[in-house]
Amino acid sequence: MAEKKRSLGKELTKGFLDENPVLRLVLGTCPTLAVSTSVESAVGMGLAATIVLICSNIAISALRKVIPSKVRIPAYVVVIASFVTIVQMLVKAFAPSLDEQLGVYLPLIVVNCIILGRAEAFAGKNNVLASAVDGLGMGIGFTIALFTMGFIREFFGTGTITISLINNGKELWTPLFGENPILIFILAPGGFFVFGMLIMLANKIAEKKGKPKAQLHSCKACPMFATCTSSEKEDCER
Amino acid sequence: MILDKKLSVSASPHDHSKDTVTRIMLDVVIALVPSLIAAVFLFGPQTLIVSAVSVGTCVVAEYFSRIVMKRHQTVGDLSAVVTGLLIAFNVPTSMPLWMVMLGDVFAIVVVKQMFGGIGMNFVNPALATRIMLIASFPTKMAEWNAPFTWKNEVMTTASPLAEIKNIYRSGAISNASFEGKDLPSLLDMFLGKRAGSLGEVCAIALIIGLIYLLARKVIKITIPLAYVGSFAVIMFIAGGFNLTFLAYHILSGGLLLGAIFMATDYTTSPINFKGQIIFGVGCGVITALIRLFGNLPEGVSFAIILMNILVPHIEHLTTPKPFGTVKEKKVKEAKE
Repeated sequence: MAEKKRSLGKELTKGFLDENPVLRLVLGTCPTLAVSTSVESAVGMGLAATIVLICSNIAISALRKVIPSKVRIPAYVVVIASFVTIVQMLVKAFAPSLDEQLGVYLPLIVVNCIILGRAEAFAGKNNVLASAVDGLGMGIGFTIALFTMGFIREFFGTGTITISLINNGKELWTPLFGENPILIFILAPGGFFVFGMLIMLANKIAEKKGKPKAQLHSCKACPMFATCTSSEKEDCER
Repeated sequence: MILDKKLSVSASPHDHSKDTVTRIMLDVVIALVPSLIAAVFLFGPQTLIVSAVSVGTCVVAEYFSRIVMKRHQTVGDLSAVVTGLLIAFNVPTSMPLWMVMLGDVFAIVVVKQMFGGIGMNFVNPALATRIMLIASFPTKMAEWNAPFTWKNEVMTTASPLAEIKNIYRSGAISNASFEGKDLPSLLDMFLGKRAGSLGEVCAIALIIGLIYLLARKVIKITIPLAYVGSFAVIMFIAGGFNLTFLAYHILSGGLLLGAIFMATDYTTSPINFKGQIIFGVGCGVITALIRLFGNLPEGVSFAIILMNILVPHIEHLTTPKPFGTVKEKKVKEAKE
């Protein structure tokens, strides 16, 4: 197992933009589109996923030599599901309104591609500390992406930003659009639109930094190229 | 004679017609002018402001998006003017201008230029914008101005389509069911003296535009005829063979505007006769189904957009067989 040594700082910051799980790897699209209708639920989702991600990364990394590789996926899912259950109970107990907002998407973190993807691509091959840092970085990247989308969609779609923890749940500032916010932003098409625009922006920034452009049909362009161990990698390169 | 000239070998096409994109777009603009005049007459000078702002925004958006995307400038082909006019025709006169401008930018930048510009858009930009505006500002898009009220104060009123839908839902339709309802007479509907979007109200002006386009051979009658024809057949049956019901449905909403100017858009309609028939009938059926059973009173824009998306498949199915070749299916059968 050829481990590419990267500094811990790099493992942390790569998730912010260069390998941002939502905007560069295009993982976890479903919760992203579903809960980013408001800043509050978006950030709540991001934080819940981050906690699960860090914990599951640590656990899977610690168990990586014990888990037989043939049954690793079911083993990962069991580990992730336990942490999701814990987080779900905590949210239900301490932030019931958030639980109501997130609804089914909270238990669905179990099948969130980001968490399973990090377990498979990183935690299963790296030591505990690096995995924890990777989980934190990816979680922050996920939260950043969700916050940005939630902010844009709530701001344009409702004309205001409402966060229950700040300002006693009142609107943070007066509506910009009067009585006519651009409703489409909080509907599904607007979600896809904002998502596409943000991916475009993230690609542009990554390109400026000299990172490969994300595109189809090319393994080299994949942000995961360096760490990818897929058996199809050679086929893909041809 | 020919041999005097230098002979050169080049790829086809060898025989060029004089039609250019600019000329075709200019024809469409000319065909839209009668409706614009009618709209100014009916809804007042605000109509002109909405149209001018819409056209202006579209042209500016086209100009700058081509520069930003580092592509050759296409603003001169007038397609942005057509899009701008059609968007203005699709909104009520009382629509706030910033909403119209937002729609224009959406049409040109997102629907048209991001997919490659003229000839590359997969749906009609004006219609996509109309749907975007309906989804974004449902109340503003349904505040119709009553005709001839602009001199005093702007009055808003219900669109005839909603009223017709109520009549349809309330049971069996006969000529008596139209009496005492808040509906303009059929003549008024034909002349455009009714509430509605800016450019869709005056049927006669739209038909003048159609005749001009047909005379200039810009469009063929196939799609509008298949569209309105199939729509009429379904409505005739659904309305219990009542002609008044049928006439109201054909004259109201954006059916004629859509059938004449939007369904016939070159980029988003099939090339072959067979394909055009399928396309037109599809539009007609979907429009009729939405108008009869849908929640929204109007279904023209959704019908055309849906069929726009199906156009590549229609083209694939209706590609003509070159003379002397055998169909793929038969080749396969022969092999077996």
